[in-house]
Amino acid sequence: MAVPQVVRSEWTKIRSVASTVWTLSLVVVVTVALGMLISALSKNEFDSMNAQDRAEFDPTFISFAGMSLGQLAMIVFGVLVVSNEYSTGMIRTSLAAVPQRGSFLFSKIAVATALALLVGLVTSFAAFFLGQAMLGDHRAEIGDPGVLRAVLGGGLYMTLIAMFSMGVAAMLRSPMLSLGILMPFFFLISNILGNVDATKKVGRFLPDQAGSRIMQVVPPLDDDTPYGPWGGLGIMGLWVLAALIGGYVLLRKRDA
Amino acid sequence: MIEAVGLTKRYGDKTAVYNLSFQVRPGAVTGFLGPNGSGKSTTMRMILGLDNPTAGQVTIGGYPYRKLPNAARQVGALLDAKAVHGGRSARNHLLSLAQLSGIPARRVDEVLGVVGLQDVAKRRSKGFSLGMGQRLGIAAALLGDPQVLLFDEPVNGLDPEGILWVRNLMKALAAEGRTVFVSSHLMSEMALTADHLIVIGRGQLLADMSVTDFISANSADFARVRTPDTEPQQREKLSSALTEAGGHVLPEQDGALRVTGLPLPRISDIAHDADVRLWELSPHQASLEEAYMRMTQGAVDYRSTIDQKEGLQQPLPPGVQPPMPVPGQGQPGWYAPPPPQQGGQPFSMPPQGAPGPYGAAQGAPGPGTPNPYAQPVPQTPPAPQGAPQGQAPAPQPPQPSQPPATPTSDLTKPEDAR
Repeated sequence: MAVPQVVRSEWTKIRSVASTVWTLSLVVVVTVALGMLISALSKNEFDSMNAQDRAEFDPTFISFAGMSLGQLAMIVFGVLVVSNEYSTGMIRTSLAAVPQRGSFLFSKIAVATALALLVGLVTSFAAFFLGQAMLGDHRAEIGDPGVLRAVLGGGLYMTLIAMFSMGVAAMLRSPMLSLGILMPFFFLISNILGNVDATKKVGRFLPDQAGSRIMQVVPPLDDDTPYGPWGGLGIMGLWVLAALIGGYVLLRKRDA
Repeated sequence: MIEAVGLTKRYGDKTAVYNLSFQVRPGAVTGFLGPNGSGKSTTMRMILGLDNPTAGQVTIGGYPYRKLPNAARQVGALLDAKAVHGGRSARNHLLSLAQLSGIPARRVDEVLGVVGLQDVAKRRSKGFSLGMGQRLGIAAALLGDPQVLLFDEPVNGLDPEGILWVRNLMKALAAEGRTVFVSSHLMSEMALTADHLIVIGRGQLLADMSVTDFISANSADFARVRTPDTEPQQREKLSSALTEAGGHVLPEQDGALRVTGLPLPRISDIAHDADVRLWELSPHQASLEEAYMRMTQGAVDYRSTIDQKEGLQQPLPPGVQPPMPVPGQGQPGWYAPPPPQQGGQPFSMPPQGAPGPYGAAQGAPGPGTPNPYAQPVPQTPPAPQGAPQGQAPAPQPPQPSQPPATPTSDLTKPEDAR
């Protein structure tokens, strides 16, 4: 089975279901809109901030504030792309047509990842420029040091979130179970672990905590994070790799 | 050619398929039969490489499915009609499958026409009926013009026109030299479609033979003989005459006789010699269904029982008999109910018990007494038969005859006691 054929087939599959359009538009709309809102609020608050807060003021990162919510839509996209096959029973038709399960899974993930990367970059750039427009005088320019890295990183972060969700969904198969684990994890648990002092050191190695480091341009003053922006993205990449390998191993072994 | 050798599949400690070996040859429709849960679908899934066998192997054209080069062009399968993403249109579903094996989009429109779905091609398959889903699944199987075709219950939910179409399609595919493997529960359908049968029960092979061989090996053909209903003694006479001649006679429920071991002309001669007129003398070849039932009766896992509806029905008010069960439900000697009797208790007791003690009790029961009709039936028959009508009421009257006097005392006594 030639991989390009499987990729084309997966592209047909992914573009022909409504959930793709819905989840990905939600990613853009939620991330950008929330980012603009928080940017506008921060601009008004800037004058009342103390010196330390002003020194730590990171206009780039503020315009990405919507990602905490937008990534949830990305998770839904990643989960549905894979687990739809299981919840509809389509997996048996698919695997009967592509007995090479590795080709099947990785073609699917490649297509969805490419789409997620495209949407992620669009979201990231849109959120940056529109967010900066809201910040008025306090805005950052795309040419400022570290800013372009942060904006591209935002797109990569979204892509990796989608890939991680695909890997988890390939392991768990059920959309409800996958979403039930991933949503609260990224929305609540990771944040809690990252903000409680006792667990902070562990929490910052979680995929989203480590990955979102790349979107910061001005690090906090008392920053003691043991990795840099790209190091953080690398840690997130390792999580993604683990999830995908887990998904592949289980798919290979398991009865469909 | 599909070849299974020692195929075994266990799920935990449950063995779904055990040591199954068979061949499905090209150029014929091979039917795959077995009761629910006998392992048909598991076997189909193992053929398609979806489930891994615990032991043994199954190959298509010499290759295990997962090693088959360009599988989608060689094997077409319909496993589950509803195994499609409901939000995707029929055409896109087929297109995604076609692109897998480099089949041009033109072919998708072709097969949509073949299965008659061209008008709903752009509609989401969510809204499809079971029959339309089956047609979509068959279209997917035909897509790659494969040499080997597997169909799991293809006629489920199809209309008669669709069933006829599937039947002709299977035969046409086989006539072109393809390997066609079809599972079904519909025996009459299999009898018409299949040339060869593979029957499994509890995951083990029960039969692997042609349809005609299967029927004759698993059924006893018989003759049905009917004598005039008006003269039962003729029936007795013929029965004994046939038995004497070496036949085996079984009475049927409607009064006919089922005769085995004697050819039809011989039965006619015997009847003539015995001077018995015949209303019916007909040959019966057992259907595939009967042959199948006979073979698999020991291997059925899920057998229905009579619905007791325990706790679902309202408790009957005292004195009302439960309704008579439907004839034929587990009662071998069932006959028509006695004619309705006065008192509104038409079906409550065997006919011979009716005129007995209850004749006296008619209309007499007083308030607060147990209704005599609610008594268990078996107690009553001996009385009227053994004793004359006049005496029969004597042992029983305590109930019917006293009530008119007792109501007052019965009701007041407890109150006095307190």
